[in-house]
Amino acid sequence: MKIEEFKTLLELKLPGIAFKQVRDSLLVENPSDLPKVAFFLKNSDLEIDYLSSVTGSDYLDYLESVYHLYSTTKKTGLITLRVRVKRDAPNVPSLVPIYRSAEFQEREAYDMYGIIYEGHPDLRRLFMWEGFEGFPMRKDYIQEDSEWLEPEDLEWLEKHQVPVTEEMKERAKTPRIIKKDAGE
Amino acid sequence: MALAQNISTVDDGLKSELGKKGIVVTTLNELYNWGRRSSIWPMQFGLACCAIEMIATACARYDIARFGAELFRASPRQSDLMIVAGTVTKKMAPNVVRLYNQMAEPKYVITMGACAIAGGPFIDGVNVLRGIDRYIPVDVHLPGCPPRPEALLYGLMELQKKIDGQTIETTEWYQKGLKREFPIPEYGPKGLIPKFNPEIWNPREEDHRRERYGQPILIGKKTKAPNLDAPPAAPRPVPAPAATAPTSPAAS
Repeated sequence: MKIEEFKTLLELKLPGIAFKQVRDSLLVENPSDLPKVAFFLKNSDLEIDYLSSVTGSDYLDYLESVYHLYSTTKKTGLITLRVRVKRDAPNVPSLVPIYRSAEFQEREAYDMYGIIYEGHPDLRRLFMWEGFEGFPMRKDYIQEDSEWLEPEDLEWLEKHQVPVTEEMKERAKTPRIIKKDAGE
Repeated sequence: MALAQNISTVDDGLKSELGKKGIVVTTLNELYNWGRRSSIWPMQFGLACCAIEMIATACARYDIARFGAELFRASPRQSDLMIVAGTVTKKMAPNVVRLYNQMAEPKYVITMGACAIAGGPFIDGVNVLRGIDRYIPVDVHLPGCPPRPEALLYGLMELQKKIDGQTIETTEWYQKGLKREFPIPEYGPKGLIPKFNPEIWNPREEDHRRERYGQPILIGKKTKAPNLDAPPAAPRPVPAPAATAPTSPAAS
């Protein structure tokens, strides 16, 4: 089914939910409508029963959560859904109650982009460890300089009785991150 | 007390002649090293695609058993050699260091592939450790992406050479005060703490990549996100077929 036909069908069946075609995918304008759409896709004649992937992406002005769906019974697909959320309030309703396969995928998107899936049963980090700060795939993430010892490293080395040269201690005092003003 | 070097002074040609007569001349040191280098037991673990090459090396075609190193042990307590085969992620690094600490002396390390040496193609990744030699000492660095099985065998032969060069009197593991346990790094809010162990590894003085470290991708006028709402760019026009080629002599 072409995406244009699919859009008209969904608009007919789900009145009141705004869709927008973005290239080969369908943008659900209001993120809170997403579970309704997913429930309809799964339980209607379309029988879209397989959620293949949930990913995040960072478009600087907003974050996106992207869903790829297939039907294994009807051998149809791929249907791509998108949801756009603000960077500072990235709340998207979770699809775990509808598609169980969303559980780990949503955890991954949370881990990397910080998209908060509301209603997820166990929203923890997946790849990074507990205690890791920030979301490394966001474009404003500042990566550490792994060639430069910092005060906490020196503290740790002292605790474990590892000898550190004076030169290295001096270097640790100077800040390593060179911040530039945005929009220069 | 200075110990005399236990070096064989018997001429190699004489040794060979005696060998033909069924007389073996050797030194304790030679015998000891021959035993050690001919039965290096590697630890059975792999981290990424280099492990596939390691498995291939252990199989019949390349047959690491020719070097006596076919017995991959599942326990660090029973292994002599640690082949770090693959990308070491920051999440995995403390475990690799812990495994190294648990190995019994004498112990050796081969880093297999670009990732284990210095991070390889993933060097800029937030999750990738830039070389396991930041935390544990390495005997043989084996470049490649991944190294072919022949390369791993070559690395093993280099390690055998190193073992042959060691003497019982001066080996570290019979000396007092040997410290070959290294502190295990911890997970921090941005990466591992510490970033490296200065006892073992130090950053290079000049690093042309330094400017790139610790820089955010700026959100501002310079950076632009792709505009998805705009129609996709038109495909590149196909160049028109060249004007008809001059007729070949055969056609004319």
